[in-house]
Amino acid sequence: MENVRRVISVLVENESSVLSRISGLFAGRGYNIETLTVAPVPHSNLSNITIVTKGSARVLEQITKQLHKLVPVYKVIEHNEMIEKEMVLIKFPIEQNLADIQVLCGAYNGGIVNVGNDIIIGMVADEPCRIAHFIEATKRYNPIEIIRGGVVAIER
Amino acid sequence: MKMNGAQMVCEAIIAEGVKTVFGYPGGAIMNVYDEIYKQDGFEHILNRHEQASVHAADGYARATGEVGVAMVTSGPGFTNAVTGLATAYMDSIPMVVISGQVPLSLIGTDGFQEIDAVGISRPCTKHNYLVRDVSDLPRILKEAFHIARTGRPGPVLIDIPKDITAEFGDFVYPKDVNIPSYKPTYKGNNRQIDKAVEAILKAKKPLLYIGGGVVLSDASDLVRKLAEMGQIPAVETLMARGVMGAKNPLLQGMLGMHGNYSSNMAMSETDLVISLGARFDDRVTGKLSEFAKYADIIHIDIDPANIGKLVDVDYPIVGDVKIVIEKIINRLEGKIKPSRYSDWLEVLERYDNLYPQSYVDSDEVIKPQWVIERLGELIGEKAIITSDVGQHQMWAAQHYPFDRPRQWINSGGLGTMGFGFPAALGAKKAFPNKTVVNITGDGSILMNVQELVTASEYKIPVINVILNNHFLGMVRQWQTFFYEERYSETDLSFQPNFKALAEACHGIGYDVTTKAEFDEAIKDAIAKDKVAFVNVQVARFEDVLPMVPAAGALYNMMLPKKEAK
Repeated sequence: MENVRRVISVLVENESSVLSRISGLFAGRGYNIETLTVAPVPHSNLSNITIVTKGSARVLEQITKQLHKLVPVYKVIEHNEMIEKEMVLIKFPIEQNLADIQVLCGAYNGGIVNVGNDIIIGMVADEPCRIAHFIEATKRYNPIEIIRGGVVAIER
Repeated sequence: MKMNGAQMVCEAIIAEGVKTVFGYPGGAIMNVYDEIYKQDGFEHILNRHEQASVHAADGYARATGEVGVAMVTSGPGFTNAVTGLATAYMDSIPMVVISGQVPLSLIGTDGFQEIDAVGISRPCTKHNYLVRDVSDLPRILKEAFHIARTGRPGPVLIDIPKDITAEFGDFVYPKDVNIPSYKPTYKGNNRQIDKAVEAILKAKKPLLYIGGGVVLSDASDLVRKLAEMGQIPAVETLMARGVMGAKNPLLQGMLGMHGNYSSNMAMSETDLVISLGARFDDRVTGKLSEFAKYADIIHIDIDPANIGKLVDVDYPIVGDVKIVIEKIINRLEGKIKPSRYSDWLEVLERYDNLYPQSYVDSDEVIKPQWVIERLGELIGEKAIITSDVGQHQMWAAQHYPFDRPRQWINSGGLGTMGFGFPAALGAKKAFPNKTVVNITGDGSILMNVQELVTASEYKIPVINVILNNHFLGMVRQWQTFFYEERYSETDLSFQPNFKALAEACHGIGYDVTTKAEFDEAIKDAIAKDKVAFVNVQVARFEDVLPMVPAAGALYNMMLPKKEAK
C-alpha cells in the first residue's frame, strides 16, 4: 500500500506524561513522525498536539484508533481539510544581500527579524510544501542554520 | 476523613471488594505495608517473587472476572512486576498494581531503588499514574479500578512516592468516575448490527470465531445460544477454550497454529466469519492472504483498534460482545432456520472424521496427550486448569475437556513461562473448594518454582503436573522441524529432583513413570491437600500436531500419523 502524508491534530489533557504516551505509542508500534508540535490550548487544561506522519491507509487508521485508546486523549482530528502552517527561522552570514533576503522572506509570509554584527536572521511562516521551496531558494545565500518549527494545523 | 496515603490505598482495596492481595514489601512501599498490618479487610499473600505476585493477581482476576490486585516496591520490585503487567496487558486482564516509588524530592536523582516505573510500564499497561499529590490519590485509586475493568479490560499501575503514602489528606472514596476522555463504546451500532444479521441470514457457510473477549465479557451462554439457535459451527481460540463446552457438537475445536483439522479447514472454507471478541492474532491466522479467503467478515470487538488492524472487515461492530450478541439473537429469532447450514456441518464432520484430534498412544512410555486426557477423566469439569507456556500448554488446550469459561487460565498473548504456578495460586485463593491443576513442563516450572514456599505457607494446595520430557519442548520441536535437529540449548536433561524439591518446600512430590502411578498420584495429591509436584516422565520426542508452520496457510497443516488410537 502507498504511503501518504497526513496531519493529525490531537486534543489531550495537559498532564506531565501525555507527550511521552503519544511519542511512545508511535515508537513502540513503528509509526513514523515527521514533525510534532505541542502547546497548551488557551483557557483550558488541554493541550494540542499536531503530528505529521506518513503511512499506508491501514497504518493511518491504526494511528488514529490507537491514539483514541490513550486515556488522556479527548479528540483526534484527522482529515484532508486542514489549514497547515509551519514556521522557519534561518540564519545568514552578514555578507549576504540584506535586501534580497528581505524580499525572499517577504514572499513566504515573513521578514528579517534580527540583524547582528555577523548574522542576519529571517523568519517565515507558510504551508509546509512552500517551506520546502523557501529553503531551496535560500541556498544561494549560504544559510548557516535552519530551524523548522514543525507543522501546526487547524480545521477549516 | 483524614488519613494518610497508605490508609487510602487499603480503604480503596476494601471498598472495591478485593478479598486477596498479592505482593512483596520493600522500602518505598513500607508505609502501605504498615497499614496492611493494621487492617483486616483483606488478606495479603506474600509471594516469593514480585513476578509471581502479579501473575497470582492475574490468575485471581481470570478465575473470577474481578480486578486482581498486586503490590510491589520501587526499583527491582517494580521491574520484576513488569512481566506480569505485560502478560495481563496482552490478554486484557483487569488488574491494579500498586508500586512504591522513592519520595517526590528524590525522583530524577537516581535515588536508591529508583526507576521510572510509569515510563517502563507505559507500553504494557492500559493506563498508569504517578501520584504527585495526596489529594489526587482517592480519585486515582477509583479511576484505576474503573479503567481496569471497563471497556477492553487491562492492567493499571499506580506508582506512589513514599512521602505521599505518609502524608495525610481528606479521604472520601469517590462514588463515580468522571474521565471525559475515556468513554468506551458498549452498545454497538444498530444499523451495522442489522447488516450483520442480514449477512448471517444470507450466508451458506457461516462460522463463529470465538475469542477471549467472550470470556472477558461473560458472554459464553449467549454465544452458545446463538450457535444453537442457528446451528452455526464454531471454532475457539486458545483464550476462548471452554466457551462452547467440549461436548458441544457445533464446536469444531481450537483453530490456529496448533488447531485441529476441521477447525482450520472451516476457517479456510467459510463464507462468513462471525468474529466475537477475537483479534486475528498471527498464531490464529497463519498467512493472512490465505486466511478466510472466501469469507466476508463480521468483527465484533470492544476495541476499535482491533478492527481492521490485520484483516479487512466487511461488517465492523464496536461494542461489548455480550450486548451485541444479544441484539443479534433478538433479530435472528424466528428468522433463522436451524437446518439451513446442515450441508456445511456435514462437510465439517467429514473433515473431522478424516483427521480427528488424535495421537498414537503407547504402552512403553507415557504420552503427554494421554496425561491430559486422563486428567480430564479424573477431575474434568470440576477443576480449574492453568498452564505455563510450551508444548504442554498446547496439549492441554487440545485435549482437556474444557466445559465452561474461566476454567482454562493461560498466558496466550505474551506466552509467559512461569505464569501457570502463581496464576494457579490466585485461582485457588478465589475458589478454595475447586481442584486447581497447573499443567506445566520441566522448563516452565522452574521459572517461579519459589512459589512452592508461598503455597505451603498459606496452604494453597495446587497440583503441578509436570510433563517432563527433559527438553525445552516447543523450541526442540521447532529445531527438529526447521533447524535440522540442532538442539541448541534445549536439552534439559540436567534437572532437579522434582519430588525432593517439592518436599524440601513442605509440599509433596510424586515421580510418575507408568499410567497407574499417574492415577494414584493425582488421587493422592487431591486427598493430601498439599501443594504437589506430579513429575511425569513422558515421551521425549513427542510433537504438538497438527501444526501450521509460522506464516503458512491454515489449510497446510502438518498432521499426526493416521493410525490413531
